[in-house]
Amino acid sequence: MGIMEDRKMPPNCTNPESDPFYAAAEEGKFMIRRCTSCKKAHWYPRAVCPFCFGSTEWEQASGEGTIYSFSTMLRSNFTMAYVTLKEGPTMMTNIVKADPEQLKIGGKVKVVFVQTDANKVPCFEPA
Amino acid sequence: MSIKGQGYIVGAFEHPTRKAPDLSVAQIHAESAAGALADAGLTKDDIDGYFCAGDAAGMGPISVVDYMNLRLSWLDSTDVGGTSYIGAVGHATAAIMAGKCNIALITLGGRPRSEGVQTGTGQRAGNPQVADSPWESHFSPATTNVYGMVAARHMHEYGTTSEQLAWIKVAASHHAQWNEHAMLRNVVTVEEVVNSPMVSTPLHRLDCCVISDGGGALIVTRPEIAKTLKRPLVKVRGHGESWKGQMGGDVDLSYSGARWSGAAAFAEAGVKHADIKYASIYDSFTITVLMQLEDLGFCEKGQGGKFVADGNLISGVGKLPFNTDGGGLCNNHPANRGGITKVIEAVRQLRGEAHPKVQVPSCDIALAHGTGGLLGSRHGSSTLILERE
Ligand SMILES: [Zn+2]
Repeated sequence: MGIMEDRKMPPNCTNPESDPFYAAAEEGKFMIRRCTSCKKAHWYPRAVCPFCFGSTEWEQASGEGTIYSFSTMLRSNFTMAYVTLKEGPTMMTNIVKADPEQLKIGGKVKVVFVQTDANKVPCFEPA
Repeated sequence: MSIKGQGYIVGAFEHPTRKAPDLSVAQIHAESAAGALADAGLTKDDIDGYFCAGDAAGMGPISVVDYMNLRLSWLDSTDVGGTSYIGAVGHATAAIMAGKCNIALITLGGRPRSEGVQTGTGQRAGNPQVADSPWESHFSPATTNVYGMVAARHMHEYGTTSEQLAWIKVAASHHAQWNEHAMLRNVVTVEEVVNSPMVSTPLHRLDCCVISDGGGALIVTRPEIAKTLKRPLVKVRGHGESWKGQMGGDVDLSYSGARWSGAAAFAEAGVKHADIKYASIYDSFTITVLMQLEDLGFCEKGQGGKFVADGNLISGVGKLPFNTDGGGLCNNHPANRGGITKVIEAVRQLRGEAHPKVQVPSCDIALAHGTGGLLGSRHGSSTLILERE
């Protein structure tokens, strides 16, 4: 198949909880949130911890991860994926700059921000 | 306390249309309601409880019940996607048991086929106040790619094959050939399924359900009223519901909410898997069926591929006849919501009114189970166990 020409991604939407994430993304920083009580990182980022209802704070993540699962939509020319971050949580994303036939569950990937008509959004490419 | 035996399904009707450019959504709901009332031998004025979900266009249930001009003491529009109507039978039974209503109507209707909805591949616009939307909508989670990720992970963890998944479509097609209303009546082979065009890896076109206009309705009532009617008695024996999501990032695609809703329904019904003579299993995709069969406990986790192979789901051939109307895979997936047709075919089987070519002999206990929303991101889950009395 070869490296797939990436589609133009639709714009993201934001709300007050996600605004700081997208502001950091403009500077190339990939942020996650971690609970100040139970110390566990989660995804998607929330002000209220989904494990203990404790309060949470931003931290910069490594951007390293592995593919948990993926599915390439042939007509629309993109690869939907779940990536498990080095910090623990698994997130929905797209894999870009890749040959879908070379992708494997467990394959190492790293974050790459893709510009949309709104903000830069966190996709992943083979590491 | 339990709702076991406190509700009976006395009316069931599947709208015959599969393409309805000339019908409105409210009209499909009302025509389906009239069909179920006629089936039960009841009239419009007998209804005092109403249950619907997101397909009922308007504010919750209000616009549709206004169209039908019903007098009600109980309304419930809980929307957990396509399985909502399976759960509604449990909700209706609980409301009846609590004395809040006596005769409950459940309706569904929609026309995605006429409206050109790209159910499986269409991308949904983000809504910033939907909690997950700012994090996901731009990644374009369409139905096929999210279910595709579930299938890919199942294959990775358990060695499930496309050929095994294909057997689910093959079984549905064997049943659909006898259903004059089914959209796809041709019997297909495993080879035809795996050679059909790839939509979103590893799911092929024939791993997907149909897109159909249509509707359906059910009538649930209390035991004393059911026993005065002339229809065979179909009793609610057990009900369970749950949901499953991404669990704060602890994503695990290897199981579904059926693990919980199924266990609750079996516990309430007090039956074993070997007692289930027929199963209606939500079939938005082949992988949906396989996952739910495992989570309901019909086979060990990871063994679903072997369980569904070689015709094990074909009535008269295998051990667990499923979706004998042809299911969503071949017959009907009205309004992109297959829950109500799952209950309707289970009722037909328990009454002995399924097509003679697919009727399960002495079918006394049946199960209907559904997943609503997206199996691979967040979904509702409902399980119903019904008994012929
Ligand atoms: Zn916490």
